[in-house]
Amino acid sequence: MRWIWIDRFTEFEPGRKATAVKNVSLAEEHLHDHWEAFPIMPVSLMVEGMAQTAGILVGQARDFKEKVILAKIAKAEFSDIVVPGDQVAYHAEIQTITADAAVTAGTVTCNGKPIGTVDLMFSHIDQNMAGVKFPEENFVFTGQFERLVAPFLETGGG
Amino acid sequence: MPMSEAEVFEKVKEALVEALSVDEDEVQPEAKIFADLGAESIDLLDIIFRLEKAFNIKIPRGELMPDNLLNNPEFVQNGVLTAAGVAQLKASMPHVNLTEFEQDPQVNKIMDLFTVQTLVSYASSKVNQ
Repeated sequence: MRWIWIDRFTEFEPGRKATAVKNVSLAEEHLHDHWEAFPIMPVSLMVEGMAQTAGILVGQARDFKEKVILAKIAKAEFSDIVVPGDQVAYHAEIQTITADAAVTAGTVTCNGKPIGTVDLMFSHIDQNMAGVKFPEENFVFTGQFERLVAPFLETGGG
Repeated sequence: MPMSEAEVFEKVKEALVEALSVDEDEVQPEAKIFADLGAESIDLLDIIFRLEKAFNIKIPRGELMPDNLLNNPEFVQNGVLTAAGVAQLKASMPHVNLTEFEQDPQVNKIMDLFTVQTLVSYASSKVNQ
């Protein structure tokens, strides 16, 4: 199973901002129980979608060398629901990035209309856990995530 | 132009309300950031980022809260700060009032030193230097 809640990046400016879209489909199993009579996209999974959009933006800013972990949901507010057939877009912008951590501001739109705000904070865990050692390999950014952003990072027309 | 302590307090209050989702009236000068306002360790970084933005200052790592103090056996023995540890804490945190802490310098009370007033004093010293 792929725990990936974004389908594609539509914009990616390294170190600054990114937009990813998610097409919501009734074929997705989580919508069958949430809710059977009235399926809606769970807000928690939209927060995850923003975390993946912003997290990849933050990770790429340090060349995917840091292990970027969602540390805090500073704000998550939604004003409307999302149903099958809708396209959600996650717009994330880096507000602050340091050796230790990063803060992002995010807007969620549904079919182009703003429906939410999700502001997040990420920790570069190797810098923050007071000497606790993590595996050498980067278990956060696997090939699946890197492939999503690859089209925006290729240069020279390749 | 120097900034008054009241002005600094208002900006610190705004940062804490946003970072910790607390009510404005909970943010009193003597309120402890961790024990009273419910901050967790990651919130300290969030607060630092917000203060940097609000006051347009840089807060170097270890300046607001000393790093490398608690895991140094010269400074901490059996969960209590040694005389050298207290001296080091004083030197690295001139913005904190340590009078009461010095009577019983237990490591687990260090977090209580972070009050709203601590942040106000620190930010005042940075913007008015």
